[in-house]
Amino acid sequence: MAAISLAPTFDTRPLDSKSAVPKAEARKLNFFYGSFRALKDLDLTVHENCVTALIGPSGCGKSTFLRCFNRMHDLYPGNRYECEIRLFPDDTNLLAPGVDPIEVRMRLSMVFQKPNPFPKSIFENVAYGLRVRGERSRRALEDKVEDALRGAALWDEVKNRLQDLAFNLSGGQQQRLCIARALATDPEILLFDEPTSALDPIATASIEELITDLKKKVTILIVTHNMQQAARVSDFTAYMYLGELIEFGLTDQLFIKPKNKQTEDYITGRFG
Amino acid sequence: MGVTEHISKQFETDLDTTRTRVLQMGGLIEAQITAAIQAFVSGDAELIEQVIQNDARVNGYEVAIDGACSQLLVRRQPAASDLRLIMAISKIVTDLERMGDEAKKIARMAKRIHEHSKQHAQRFPAIRHASETAIKMLRQALDSFARLDAVNAAEVLKEDSDIDTEFKSVLRQLITYMMEDPRTITAALETVWVAKAVERIGDHAKNVAEQVIYIVRGTDVRHTSFADIERELARE
Repeated sequence: MAAISLAPTFDTRPLDSKSAVPKAEARKLNFFYGSFRALKDLDLTVHENCVTALIGPSGCGKSTFLRCFNRMHDLYPGNRYECEIRLFPDDTNLLAPGVDPIEVRMRLSMVFQKPNPFPKSIFENVAYGLRVRGERSRRALEDKVEDALRGAALWDEVKNRLQDLAFNLSGGQQQRLCIARALATDPEILLFDEPTSALDPIATASIEELITDLKKKVTILIVTHNMQQAARVSDFTAYMYLGELIEFGLTDQLFIKPKNKQTEDYITGRFG
Repeated sequence: MGVTEHISKQFETDLDTTRTRVLQMGGLIEAQITAAIQAFVSGDAELIEQVIQNDARVNGYEVAIDGACSQLLVRRQPAASDLRLIMAISKIVTDLERMGDEAKKIARMAKRIHEHSKQHAQRFPAIRHASETAIKMLRQALDSFARLDAVNAAEVLKEDSDIDTEFKSVLRQLITYMMEDPRTITAALETVWVAKAVERIGDHAKNVAEQVIYIVRGTDVRHTSFADIERELARE
């Protein structure tokens, strides 16, 4: 008689850090705001087509870390990076002085806390990055804009009013427009800095759904204050405190059985 | 679990209250089993009735504690050790409630056995002995739950095999009786149910102990050999 398999048939998330492919890797990363050392010897691997969540109390450096990935800190004088963030498969150091930050931002797009569309039409918001890149063909622009809006699950809602001002959209729609704008340049990594903290639960749910959908195409790094959100959307979670990485692991493991006492205290609300 | 308290005092209080209720329920179950076995030995009709009546209180505890667990889950979205504690409590109360059912079953059987023959029950010191082990296991499981002591909980698992051995010896004795004197068959069969109930109580106490290990260590040790569990506990 054939053996009957007693293994559970439901999805137990067989994902593990060994089978995942690294997409980016921070190596002994330090970051300074002037003389203040905001990140301390951070080692972290972001896996391809996975969602990695960064959690931690305010001021722990999670947003600072996220901003290192697309060189946002370059915009202010006195900021200084030390060591490197490697981007794969080409093994480029994103922080190398010779690397053009504009090029980095094409490959790693950022979506912010509050929706911040440009004071332009819906179409122009999404087309903006493509124009910066030098795309002139009307046809190509239209195709790319449609793809990006579809990718951000916004196309059906706006296809008949692409020339309307972006500000006429609702908060959730504006945030999805920002995601479409970020997607237009075909980035490899999407960086989300608390993307739903200004949105209501329904709009939040649709963004979270979108994140789960998008990870098939891009790698996602998300900073969130909402631990339940990290637990819902991410595959890996990193807990940071005072500029240090305290614990990094599979989300399911970190939220059920964290290895570190500090992580345990934070996620169970004992922090203080 | 740790030394640090939750920032939310209300959460801390709610968790404490739920934990205390589990221990109260455990205490009630312990009393129910002790009374049921006493009734089995003595045939005290009043005691039998009391055990049967008290089962409603046991059920009340189960429903109330489960309700409290759902409320904690929905209000607090607990994580890590808090989550494990609540998940485990919800399972522990099921085991405790079933132990309560077994106690009620013993009381019912005691009633019937004593209607047949007044002397029969006293012939089985092995049942009394097994029930003492079962009660001890339950007490130790509840103790380790109160103190969140995984090592103490693991000892409960070891004792379960003692009860299984005693159950088998009771069975052998009963078979001998039945062969010698077929008139004892009815009472003997009912005594088998009592022995089986005691054996089940031991199993449930073991389940409670396994949940305590899960709360403390985060490792699910159900369906795991004792040697593996000991190895797991040795890992710090």
